[in-house]
Amino acid sequence: MHDFLFQLLLTLDATIRVATPLILCAMAGMFSERSGIIDISLEGKLLMGAFVSAALAATTGSALLGVLGAVGVCVILALVHGFACITHRGNQVVSGLAINILASGLTVTIGIALFRQGGQTPLLGKGERFNPIEWPLVELLDSIPVLGVIYRELISGHNLITYLALLAVPLSAFIFYKTRFGLRLRAVGEMPKAVDSAGVSVAWLRYRAVIIAGLLCGIAGAYLSTGQGAGFVREMSAGKGYIALAAVIFGKWRPYPAFFACLMFGFLEAASARLQGVEIPIIGEAPTQLMLALPYIMVVLLLAGFIGKASPPAAIGNPYIK
Amino acid sequence: MSQSPSLPVWADVLVLPLLNLLTAFFVCGLIIAALGENPFTALQVMINGAFVYSGSLGYTLYYTTNFIFTGLAVAIAFQAMMFNIGGEGQAYLGGLGAGLIAIWLGSIMPALIVVPLAVLAAALFGAAWAFIPGYLQAKRGSHIVITTIMFNFIASALMVWLLAGPLIQPGQQSPQTITFEPSAHLAKATEIIGFFGIKIANSPLNLSFLIAILALLFYWILVWKTRFGYELRAVGQNPEAAHYAGINVPRTIIIALALSGAFAGLMATNEILGVQHKVVLNFTSGYGFTGIAVALMGRNHPIGIFLASLLFGALYQGGAELDFEFQSITREMVLVIQGMIILFSGALAYMFNPPLARLIHRLISRKGTHHA
Repeated sequence: MHDFLFQLLLTLDATIRVATPLILCAMAGMFSERSGIIDISLEGKLLMGAFVSAALAATTGSALLGVLGAVGVCVILALVHGFACITHRGNQVVSGLAINILASGLTVTIGIALFRQGGQTPLLGKGERFNPIEWPLVELLDSIPVLGVIYRELISGHNLITYLALLAVPLSAFIFYKTRFGLRLRAVGEMPKAVDSAGVSVAWLRYRAVIIAGLLCGIAGAYLSTGQGAGFVREMSAGKGYIALAAVIFGKWRPYPAFFACLMFGFLEAASARLQGVEIPIIGEAPTQLMLALPYIMVVLLLAGFIGKASPPAAIGNPYIK
Repeated sequence: MSQSPSLPVWADVLVLPLLNLLTAFFVCGLIIAALGENPFTALQVMINGAFVYSGSLGYTLYYTTNFIFTGLAVAIAFQAMMFNIGGEGQAYLGGLGAGLIAIWLGSIMPALIVVPLAVLAAALFGAAWAFIPGYLQAKRGSHIVITTIMFNFIASALMVWLLAGPLIQPGQQSPQTITFEPSAHLAKATEIIGFFGIKIANSPLNLSFLIAILALLFYWILVWKTRFGYELRAVGQNPEAAHYAGINVPRTIIIALALSGAFAGLMATNEILGVQHKVVLNFTSGYGFTGIAVALMGRNHPIGIFLASLLFGALYQGGAELDFEFQSITREMVLVIQGMIILFSGALAYMFNPPLARLIHRLISRKGTHHA
């Protein structure tokens, strides 16, 4: 039993690591979607962020420069999305898809041109990455049963970006519900005409929303390649952007529920990795593929109204025409 | 915003799409130049790789076949103003359908029975996989884009499980089925043309190319020459008005999606029945997404879809040539080109509309004053 609890603890620890990019991308998606702009390009921005940060960290030796560069490039991608969707009132899904495919192609193309390693970046050393941060008093508290282990494994020992991601949730909630900008942002996703009549620029609000989305995706990308991993490998975002989008929907476009959805989806992934090929009593071999597909199945069920009701922002997907 | 004059039809159908395409290529050229290679040499290499070298045309048309199917899948859904991003998953399931028939009947039936049944199964499985999102959209209001994205991932998980589990070739480690009996193979172009005594270079081009051409024809007749097609376009133009005109809107949407899935599923006839002769992991390799670019560029018209498919077929085949000729650019450049085309021909499709309209208007009115 004790062993089981420790395994569970390790899985929860892995959950936080897996959920970090999901949380950041989910918050990114929330800003964009609450302003009325569908963002399926979370995936592409995440991938691009991962590439740029690893490439910069490898060439400059600084993980911090890496994340700054990633944020910069992802904001540019977000501006492209904004330019197409806000300024030119293009189809938001099409624009997002274009960015995903562009990211897919550009990361590998530029990666090969720069490093000639088949699209990967060189392996990053310890100094070029975000390393685990050991919290104070770990060794002292370790003597306390249960709590000591939890403190050591679960709370301490993650990298800076993980803590940033955990901070991003209350911060997003604060911005959404306690600031004037947040109020207007929510309004512009529901009824842009009203915001416009109040003399506030719909376009500028939405641009700010997609810029924030780009910023958060850049940080998430840096986590993948310079936090969790030690370099960029092609297609390393592996659908995480879409899972984050699923979490936004599953959380009904609200920060805390989306955060918990990220944790749940992260847990499913962490657990399925741990249960690969493991025989479970009664069930037989662990259905890991089913566990990996569960987030998508749950979103489908939710959207179909079988588990609760998801009501997206009223004006989502509709370009605003004065 | 100031009202700009509207575009004449010829400019809307020809000039604007070409302008968008050229912009996409121009930006890609800049990227190639930035990577230190000559974009014109790259273009030359790609054209040679797609059309000039022996057997290259066959390869180009083989890719074209895939894109006709996935392009049609996106286009027919677009007619009902539905965005089916699930071509990838539907094609994957189509491969499952074709594969199951081929494995089940391949050893006991002649090709004349197995092949048509396998083709039908590919369409049916693809249709079934799109039917669910279509049904959920029409009856329960689920957003089709999100549902079809989710269904891609569900299909992927399902196929990994099937190919690594129940359907795996006994005694093998790699996740794929057994190789089909020859009676479940689609005839290759070399065999068909060879039958008439003409020798052509070897390529994966096969009978499914003809199925694709028939599918284009079917699409054209269905959308523009039948009652259902009229209803479909009516729903796409204005679902409210269509409803008051007595059209069953949910039913039309569901059928459109099922047909869309069937087209996507047929892509498997090329890949699975024509080339691989077994179901393998990820055989769809993004062709479903390329279908979106094809439909956007082809403006949902069969001729446009054919031309766009040919362009993408040439890009895919010619792009493979980049690997051999250059240090800094590879076939992934094709993905960049594809992304740019989706951006400029899709999301930014009307960016040049106002300036182009003003330009044409000015040219025409100047001509008018000359005559006066």
